[in-house]
Amino acid sequence: MISLADQFLVLVLLINFISLGTSRLVFSIRAVAAQGVILGILPGLIHPFSWHLVGITVVIIAAKGFVIPLLLNRAVRSAEIKREMEPFLGYVPTLLLGALFTALSFGFAGKLPLYPEHQNYIFVPASIATMMSGFLILTTRRKAITQVVGYLMLENGIFIFGLLLAEAMPVMVEAGVLLDLLVGTFVMGIVLNQINREFSSLDTSRLTSLKEE
Amino acid sequence: MLAALIMLPLVGAAVTWLIPFDRLRPKIFSLFAFAHLAITVQLLLDTPPTSAGGWFVLDALGKIVLLSTSVLFLFCAIYSIGYLFYRRERSNRTICVGMLICLSAASLVTITHHLGLMWVALEITTISMAPLIYFNRNARSIEATWKYLLICSVGVALALIGLYFLAYATIVAKVEPSLLLDDLIRDAGQLSSGWVHAAFVFLLVGFGSKMGLAPLHSWKPDAYGEAPGLVGAMLAGGLVNLAFLALLRVYQLCLATKEIIFFQNALVAMGLLSMLCAAIFMARQADFKRMLAYSSVEHVGIMAVALGLGGRAVFGALFHIFANSLAKGVMFLTSGNIHRSYNSKSSAHVKGVLRRLPWSGALFMAGFIAITGSPPFALFISEFTIVSSAFIQGRAMVGLFFIVCLAIIFIGMALTVLPMVMGEVPVDCESTSYRDSLWTVGPPLGLMLLVFMLGVWIPAPLLTLLNEATALLAVQP
Repeated sequence: MISLADQFLVLVLLINFISLGTSRLVFSIRAVAAQGVILGILPGLIHPFSWHLVGITVVIIAAKGFVIPLLLNRAVRSAEIKREMEPFLGYVPTLLLGALFTALSFGFAGKLPLYPEHQNYIFVPASIATMMSGFLILTTRRKAITQVVGYLMLENGIFIFGLLLAEAMPVMVEAGVLLDLLVGTFVMGIVLNQINREFSSLDTSRLTSLKEE
Repeated sequence: MLAALIMLPLVGAAVTWLIPFDRLRPKIFSLFAFAHLAITVQLLLDTPPTSAGGWFVLDALGKIVLLSTSVLFLFCAIYSIGYLFYRRERSNRTICVGMLICLSAASLVTITHHLGLMWVALEITTISMAPLIYFNRNARSIEATWKYLLICSVGVALALIGLYFLAYATIVAKVEPSLLLDDLIRDAGQLSSGWVHAAFVFLLVGFGSKMGLAPLHSWKPDAYGEAPGLVGAMLAGGLVNLAFLALLRVYQLCLATKEIIFFQNALVAMGLLSMLCAAIFMARQADFKRMLAYSSVEHVGIMAVALGLGGRAVFGALFHIFANSLAKGVMFLTSGNIHRSYNSKSSAHVKGVLRRLPWSGALFMAGFIAITGSPPFALFISEFTIVSSAFIQGRAMVGLFFIVCLAIIFIGMALTVLPMVMGEVPVDCESTSYRDSLWTVGPPLGLMLLVFMLGVWIPAPLLTLLNEATALLAVQP
């Protein structure tokens, strides 16, 4: 089963590139939602069956796959924007950087002192590559929505790494971590809708009234 | 008792949520704050043993942060009775509920030794404060909230990566996989050093950004500037200490591994950079709440430097937790009063505070003298301990840089504060309904008296507590 999880991680990496390369906001929200659903399935593939596992799977898929994308889509609709215009760095350079980071993370993970059982799978490189892609989106895009997408992706990368730590993290803490990240994103979604109302735009480069003179 | 410490504020949050009257709510809110302090004192006097397999331990470090947070919270809660009376234009439900949830999570941070749980609680404090920064519901406050939320969330996410690396280090080392502080310290010698090193870097950056150490402080002036005075006091005097406690836990771990020198040097570097940054931006600051934010950057810098120096300076850092949180309370609460009275937080408009608001003006002035580290106040004791420790250890350059920064900050802050407090009230000044009253002046006055008391006399139990905590952080030969 764990090798099937590996196949899914390849899919996760592909979705990173989709989000890095697209300018359509709805599309990148959909991509990160799909990524969330895939991540929701993963724990079921690598851990033995138990009811709290089912619970966690349902919560992750519901939140990452449906609730948060819904919230983001609502913000997109009410702001009447479709595309991320003029990012700080163009799409082709970000894609190339993303490819570079992914390659580097595979090379880097090969050098890391991994637990022998984890060496044959791509959990660690996939996790690092997803975190890096998230960071790339966070830093190169102007729109608040895309920044939330970047944060979600960063969170997904951390989640992949967390899959390796089932013994160290008790279920309660794991659930707490997940819940926190979800609530955080949820609050961001609400703030997003407020920004839109105050500035009638979701462009964070317009958030400049608080500057040092 | 430990459970009561966490549950009581949550019950309070539920109760204040249900109360439909804006006038009554702050009073109930203060009652819960008072009960929380009572439980805290009871816990300090009669400490329960370790419970739940090492998950919940109230050690000396936790006690210090718990006590300082609870005291500051009580004063803020009492202040809210007077303050929120002037903010009747909007419901105060969010502010009471949010503060109590934050208090509950803050208590959890101080009593847990499980790093994962500590992270969860710390993230709750971050999120619960976000709606409170947006209290004024205008474009400026939404901008501040967005920056705060994004930077702190990403920062705390980085700390989570650090924790995961730490947990992975236990798996690679084939010791019992765990994130319990005591287990990690016990097995520290065997942990995989590469992962531990990476973990410490991520933890420092993550908790550092939550604490507001330069260069990760960019959210701070915005958030502190736009938040209402009592929220600002809680952010600068409470949440900062929680993040510092998290760094202290990492420090304890570092002591057990071989990474301590690296971690100490990083702390000194970031601390001095914070002080320098505060010194630069403090001068000619046109907004007095933003000025206080830079003062907070300075003080977290001082604590980081002290921790990095080690030895006697650690005592100074721990004492500074108390001194800083009390003095920040005075400054933010009185600045809230001044803001209400002048309806402006620009130091160009606010003149002659001593004439218009004799009590708030005098307290703001006294708070300024205390916070810049002048005798006879508590911050003088802590800063003097740190500086003298730096010279005793032969780190003269660090000590000198520290003193120069303090001097520049003193001058920079005086250039803003003195013209505000002194002089005549401008003729065209807007008149508002705000007048100093017992409820709005009493709490900062109480805090100021505490700052003064700790400057001339440290009660014996507190001294024992501080020494106990310092011993926990001593470098083992």
